[in-house]
Amino acid sequence: MIKKPIYFDHAATTPVDPAVLEKMLPYFTQVYGNANSQHVFGRQAVSAVDKARDDIASFIGCKPSELYFTSGGTEADNWALRGGAYSDRKKGKHIVISPIEHAAMLSTAKELVKEGFVVDYMKVDEFGVVDLEHLKSIVTDQTIFVGCMMANNEVGTIEPIKEIAKIAHEHNAIMFTDAVQAAGVLDINVKELDVDMMSMSSHKIYGPKGVGALYIKNGLRIKNLISGGHQERTKRGGTTNVAGVVGFAEAFRIAMENREQNNAHVTMLRDRFISRILNEIPYVKLNGATGDKRLPANADFSFEFIEGESILFSLDLEGIAVSSGSACSSGSLEPSHVLLALGVEEALAHGSIRFSFGKHNTVEQVDYAVNVIKYEVNRLREMSPLFNAKGEIKNV
Amino acid sequence: MYNESVMEVFRNPKNVGEIENPSGVGTVGNASCGDIMQISLKIENDIIVDAKFKTFGCAAAIATSSTATEMIKGLSVDEALKITNKKVVEVLGGLPAQKLHCSVLAEEAIQKAIEDYRSKQK
Repeated sequence: MIKKPIYFDHAATTPVDPAVLEKMLPYFTQVYGNANSQHVFGRQAVSAVDKARDDIASFIGCKPSELYFTSGGTEADNWALRGGAYSDRKKGKHIVISPIEHAAMLSTAKELVKEGFVVDYMKVDEFGVVDLEHLKSIVTDQTIFVGCMMANNEVGTIEPIKEIAKIAHEHNAIMFTDAVQAAGVLDINVKELDVDMMSMSSHKIYGPKGVGALYIKNGLRIKNLISGGHQERTKRGGTTNVAGVVGFAEAFRIAMENREQNNAHVTMLRDRFISRILNEIPYVKLNGATGDKRLPANADFSFEFIEGESILFSLDLEGIAVSSGSACSSGSLEPSHVLLALGVEEALAHGSIRFSFGKHNTVEQVDYAVNVIKYEVNRLREMSPLFNAKGEIKNV
Repeated sequence: MYNESVMEVFRNPKNVGEIENPSGVGTVGNASCGDIMQISLKIENDIIVDAKFKTFGCAAAIATSSTATEMIKGLSVDEALKITNKKVVEVLGGLPAQKLHCSVLAEEAIQKAIEDYRSKQK
């Protein structure tokens, strides 16, 4: 008997690894000092924060002094884009980002347009990969900021960040990447990628929620997002979340140590799942890239003739937790902006479901889910006016 | 977000399908908006003796389709026209605010099916 519910939504968040929790616990009740205090309590706290900073810096190939802790990926994205935009007003007001960024970027970009900036969007192909030739044609010497996520949270497509950075730097623009989905999974050495800023989040890699980081290359001066005291070398106010950063670093360490093994495991689950769904259910489209151009844990499908939310709840009632589009956009009635950017038709974009696997998922869970999905998709299609029982497509 | 009653109706909807040789059919919505509802009616002496639905849409759209078709069975055509989306939502025990537009589809589909029936009568 399979234990339910089954969690296939690791791109939304992950459970905290018990080893991570154990590392964090002393920093709530024993080493509770404010990392900015001068006394022994403070010194103990700051030494834990320093250690966490050193560790994470070593995982991404930067100096500890280039790493700033934040409240998560959203704050890091907001800070990078807003701070980057205002860093060099004399140079220009032109910003270029991908159309498949996280809402943390897209919403900030919209605000900046109201503040007088000009935002242009990269083109992506049908798999979600940035079109470099098009990018070359829109980045100019007035461009101050170029931003593209390392891997997309919804369809899992991995972007050519190094090549994008080259184009940005040819025009002396700041190059930023959102590595929230990539950290602990892909190579994210900031020197090799040649990025000037990079955002990360702890809770996607079995660490606690509410903590993330922004890498800012030495020498790059960007405006603060959060004003306050002298925390984070006066760049980010607010009492440091000591237990949080300790947990983040430990989660990152575990992810890096087991990276090959974890990636191999979720790739196996993903490939088995994708091939069974495509072979056993008619009228299904895989969204995003394939093979090593795709995050190892991501599978995203459009099921024709039915709507994503009703699939989500049908699976939820059977004990399978998935996401329709990205969790952050649920509650909105618009179809996924990512799928529309990939050129997916609106009706198909409405019928999309994201499955994201994790280290604790098993082949048995995948096989069980495939059988439930087959049944539920069929049940919903029988209810759909776009599809009749003989499996014929109907025009309404 | 949905209450238990909505989830229960969504899980076990009634009146799914299409009536053969219907007295009237109403289809509203479109695929690009993510909602299409089709209601077919069998009407004898101006009384709705059977109602069935087919819906492409969210859990709220499916639940309101089921409840609305249940509510109009046995009613006269004039009585059925008085069934508003508000009444359907009340029977379901409420819907989240951003889902209220789904219940409007059911009301509109019923009206359209009755119009279709009446146009055939002439």
